[in-house]
Amino acid sequence: MEFTIDTEQQSLVQAVRGLVGKTYDSSEARRAVTKAEPGFAAWDQLAEMGVLSLPFEATAAEVSLAAEELGRVIAPDPFVESIVLAGGLINSVGTDEQKSELVDAIAEGQTLPVLAWLEPNRGWSAQAVSVTYSDGKLNGVKSTVVQADRADLLVVSAAVDGGTGLFLVTDGYATETERTHDGSRAATVTFSDTPAVALGDGGDALAALEHALNLARIAYAHEALGAMAVALDITVGYLKTRKQFGVTLNKFQALTFRAADMYVELELARSAITWATIVAADEGSTPEDVAAAASHAALQVARAGRHIALDAIQLHGGIGMTAEYSVGHYASRILAIGQMIGDETFHLDRLAARIDDHTVLDPIG
Amino acid sequence: MRLQLSPEDQKFREEMREFFTTQIPERIRSKVIARQELSKEEMVESQQILNAAGLAVPGWPLEWGGKDWSQLQRHIWHEEMQLAGVPQPLAFNASMVGPVIANFASQELKERFLAKTANLDIWWAQGFSEPDAGSDLASLRTTAVREGDEYVVNGQKTWTTLGQYGDWIFMLVRTDPAAPKKQQGISFLLIDMTTPGVTVRPIELIDGGFEVNEVFFDNVRVPVGNLVGEENAGWTYAKFLLGNERVGIAQVGASQRHLATAKEIAKERGVLDRFASRIVSLESELLALETTALRVAAHSDGGKPHPASSVLKIKGSVLIQAVSELLMDIEGPAATTSWNSRVFLNNRKVSIFGGSNEVQRTIIAGTILGL
Repeated sequence: MEFTIDTEQQSLVQAVRGLVGKTYDSSEARRAVTKAEPGFAAWDQLAEMGVLSLPFEATAAEVSLAAEELGRVIAPDPFVESIVLAGGLINSVGTDEQKSELVDAIAEGQTLPVLAWLEPNRGWSAQAVSVTYSDGKLNGVKSTVVQADRADLLVVSAAVDGGTGLFLVTDGYATETERTHDGSRAATVTFSDTPAVALGDGGDALAALEHALNLARIAYAHEALGAMAVALDITVGYLKTRKQFGVTLNKFQALTFRAADMYVELELARSAITWATIVAADEGSTPEDVAAAASHAALQVARAGRHIALDAIQLHGGIGMTAEYSVGHYASRILAIGQMIGDETFHLDRLAARIDDHTVLDPIG
Repeated sequence: MRLQLSPEDQKFREEMREFFTTQIPERIRSKVIARQELSKEEMVESQQILNAAGLAVPGWPLEWGGKDWSQLQRHIWHEEMQLAGVPQPLAFNASMVGPVIANFASQELKERFLAKTANLDIWWAQGFSEPDAGSDLASLRTTAVREGDEYVVNGQKTWTTLGQYGDWIFMLVRTDPAAPKKQQGISFLLIDMTTPGVTVRPIELIDGGFEVNEVFFDNVRVPVGNLVGEENAGWTYAKFLLGNERVGIAQVGASQRHLATAKEIAKERGVLDRFASRIVSLESELLALETTALRVAAHSDGGKPHPASSVLKIKGSVLIQAVSELLMDIEGPAATTSWNSRVFLNNRKVSIFGGSNEVQRTIIAGTILGL
């Protein structure tokens, strides 16, 4: 049983950390990037370094390690949305021809795909209802679609006879884009008789879509984990240096206890989220195993993430509220990830539906 | 769920599971699973079966019956015992006084006590806390004054768990009231509880049970040969012992098993739907805790305990409490007269003993976060 990472993985971590640490070397640098279009700046270098090919060539462990590093600097680049999720689906569902045409281009950063799966007022349901496909055309509305404006290619889930199919769209749709609170971009995308090509055979791909979403949730959870760890570091540093009433804040037990509780949550989150990656990376895991693991990871983001993000702001006091200081950016990003991967109720319901699968839930197989 | 053990550890786990579920009598294990109180005889019987198989004191030095196991194997041993409903070897013997004697006492004391301690032929009680020395243990005031080849002990101990069964008690006593630091004047002494002047008074707890006691010492004469290690060096041994006490305090296996019981009961009563979300929520937290315990165990070999062991104490106790709360809630109004509500009340103790959770937060803030 291994919780430590090997030397090759260690080098991957160092390389990604070096790269994104240069691009986003401060909160100010990140803020400047997210204010301009398209809102991210490390994409080409990530492609060059091979990070964008990880979901196609490596295991969930490497994907998670990279995601965690992106989370540590809250890189706004859409690695999970575009590469793990949209790229992952193209790689798993696409025809041989589609794969050979698209996967390398995605890994090299030439094509940026995003998945349009969420529909207005339908929570995190993966079943397409409002967007429908027939006769080569899509109709309906998708929202929220991260980075839809910047994307070269949309992968769209749509209702077909007998389920939810996946389609590729490059043109003929309208977007209404807004800034997200964490500095990204998200759009409402309207399709009206939009020409679309089936991804793979165009039949029901709900299972593949769910599986890709679950892998993305685990990667996202690692991004959140990286951000949580740094949010705590920043907070601890602040408590040691900031003076009030003539002494540094760490002289106040009420504050150090709250920091200790943040640490407890962080370590437990690290355990559950790492465990989810181990499940995802194991070839013996069924899609149901991965779904449950993703829900456990997502629950940690919902709970530990909120706890750490919000207490980080509280322990900073007023400065934590300002956009000129880093900790608020971290909180904002952690919360955004939580909203994208599903909230506590959603994941508890998913797990409750399988409550009879086991007597004792044991992390060891 | 594939956090894979190595083939050797997997085999080890299966052997433990096989032994615990076949060799420890069903009548004892089912009582543990139903969370009922065991009699002294049942605890002794169970520990003696374990000891005969070399499974009672694996953490001790090899020559005194220990095993050369990895931390992970010790963790697996511990978890499997709990999952099978096997009463754990009496902590006072197996993880507290035994290791102290084995590591610090004279050869004579080792030969006199260790085998009987492992086999629970002697039932040990712990004489640490006093009315004015709880978490601030070093403030203890019970004195031992040397007269010739005897110490004369006077004072009062409290929270002596299961002291009513105790044959012997291991004590922290003040031997040098003038020491410059209060930690420096403390010694570690072994006292036969049948010695004249020792009085045990049970304390009734909020659950109606009697598991803790006050122990009074009135001019109790103890041979100096019963001193462990050096005079006035007792604090060092106590810290060693308290470090052991925290290991395994998270009780994840027991919480997992109780949660499985809760699921069964909820199903029988037709209320599973109402409680399903709460059950899976606790399962998820226990999963995170168990994985944390595995991380700690995997990284503890050959070194100091992982600093995150305070995380296990805090979260482990909170989850023990939450699971017993769930069992009580599933019963509804019937809980007012049931065993489950008493267990719920009794479990308030787990965030207090072994270094209260507030003490653990102080440790995390100071030692880990550097605050």
